[in-house]
Amino acid sequence: MIEAQDLTKRYGDKLAVDHLSFKVEPGRVTGFLGPNGAGKSTTMRLVLGLDRPNTGSATINGRPYAELAHPLRTVGALLEAKAMHPGRSARNHLLFLAQTQGLPRRRVDEVLDLVGLREVAGQRVRGYSLGMSQRVGIAAAMLGNPSVLLLDEPVNGLDPEGILWIRNLMKHLASEQRTIFVSSHLMNEMAVTADHLIVIGKGKLIADCTTQEFIERSSEKSVLVRSPDADGLADLIAAEGGKAIPQEPAGGRAAALSVTGLDAPRIGEIAAANRIVLHELTPRLASLEEAFIELTAGSVEYGGDTPAAAQEPAASATSTGSSQ
Amino acid sequence: MSTVSPPATAPAPIPARRSGFGGYLLAEWTKIRSVRSTVWTLIIFVVVSLGLTTLFTWLTLNALNNGKGGQGASSIVTDPVNFILGTGLGLGQLAICVLGALVITSEYSSGAIRASLLAVPRRYPVILAKGLVFAALVIVVGEIVAFLSFFIGAALVNGHVVTLRGHVAGHAVSVHHTITVSLSQPGVLQAVVGSGLYLTVLGLFALAIGGLIRHTAGAITAVIGMVLVIFPLAGLLPSSWGAHVHAYLPTIAGQLITQDKPTADQLLSAWQGFGVFCAWTVLLLAAAIFLLQKRDA
Repeated sequence: MIEAQDLTKRYGDKLAVDHLSFKVEPGRVTGFLGPNGAGKSTTMRLVLGLDRPNTGSATINGRPYAELAHPLRTVGALLEAKAMHPGRSARNHLLFLAQTQGLPRRRVDEVLDLVGLREVAGQRVRGYSLGMSQRVGIAAAMLGNPSVLLLDEPVNGLDPEGILWIRNLMKHLASEQRTIFVSSHLMNEMAVTADHLIVIGKGKLIADCTTQEFIERSSEKSVLVRSPDADGLADLIAAEGGKAIPQEPAGGRAAALSVTGLDAPRIGEIAAANRIVLHELTPRLASLEEAFIELTAGSVEYGGDTPAAAQEPAASATSTGSSQ
Repeated sequence: MSTVSPPATAPAPIPARRSGFGGYLLAEWTKIRSVRSTVWTLIIFVVVSLGLTTLFTWLTLNALNNGKGGQGASSIVTDPVNFILGTGLGLGQLAICVLGALVITSEYSSGAIRASLLAVPRRYPVILAKGLVFAALVIVVGEIVAFLSFFIGAALVNGHVVTLRGHVAGHAVSVHHTITVSLSQPGVLQAVVGSGLYLTVLGLFALAIGGLIRHTAGAITAVIGMVLVIFPLAGLLPSSWGAHVHAYLPTIAGQLITQDKPTADQLLSAWQGFGVFCAWTVLLLAAAIFLLQKRDA
């Protein structure tokens, strides 16, 4: 269990974390979501006692991190992947950490097996890929078999196989009643991994709810309708109280409408009653990404002027669906 | 490489000992020995110190034989122990400065400091353990190199006969002088042992600067700049307060213990000087610890 109370962190005149309070419960994967620069990493560093908060406090299992006698036996953390001396081998990096916690040397080999790096553990980490470094970081986090894990962007640099591996590992660890707190700016990743979401933007709490609630609450559902008589259908939908927005015509295909306010069966009935041919009738659930962008629209720290962000969700909505 | 079987059991504590400061010492030893830059810097220290002691002593004796005597040539006659310990170790000490700064700044430059502080969130034991382990390493290597330097130098100069020519009452006279050095001469053992002690405190001094500055290049430049340039130049300060300031500067005071014969104008005794150097170092280490506790990592 992680508890943050009124955490505030200021760097110069920039407010990185703004009176943030939340609880992370054991037994589930809690996603920590926010755009780049939202204050996710800073919050984790405050919880871990690396940075000193300007106000507020954080506790892990009821105690501040700094008061844990053998902190790595309670809390495992993966911050930036390359936080290792490049000239030191992975085994020696893990060994010195184990020695500070009074952990036996064989525990180093156990966690190296866990992340699949035993063969290369004697090599200096300078030559490791980002994915391998991430795995060493995860090995370090698991060293003390902790009941609480904080992982900052753990899938960064991992190949698809590695992403699947860490997703399953997190779910497994959560099923053992551990507290799993994982940050990401990748919404789709969180949609399939996290049971619960804590969403922040510009250092402020935006949402603290289950992943399902987050999607349902923050986004309208829409239906994609394709018909040779789209204009006629649009008028009928408007007459029934729905809202139809014409979509960009795709080469050679019938015109499409994005309909909100009416569900797919009702639209089908209207079309049938008026003898309008339908080529497509697809209910679309908003992806987590759309929900996220909608919620954090006002709080993107490094926003660009391009409309790319608005186009991306449509493409990713399908990928979310297929991977679920 | 990802066929993984995560622990099947619920999180159960691993059989582990209670670990306190002993574990931190062990961890710091692992850190120091597991990085090539540490090992190489120590090797450079040994090779430079012994090599240059041999080379300078041999060259200077040759110059004497050929009747060319500069200031170095005369000091090998007047104070051979100081000459032997001052040449090679005088340059070799720079490797110790680099190493002292490096053992702490390399953690900052690589980000490993965050792993260290997550493991030891009370923070100050990291510097204490690091300082103790590093001091133990330098005192062992430093004493070995100091004694070897002395024995090599002594073997070269002992029995060497120099002829000093001069004029007394209008008559040309020449005096033959045989150079002899041994550990049993007054002050010699203190100077040799003191050289190792000086290097040890110098290493801690550099470590403290590294902890304050946190950047490798900056810390190394600062330490070497102080040892080679700023502190010696302070000797040019005018009047007697200038001399006092100079005498109490860290390495100026610290080097007194590496000399077998006190000079006439020396303000501090050898051990007083060493005490002053230790006090400076403790002060800087305390400042480094204070900032470590206070700053964001």
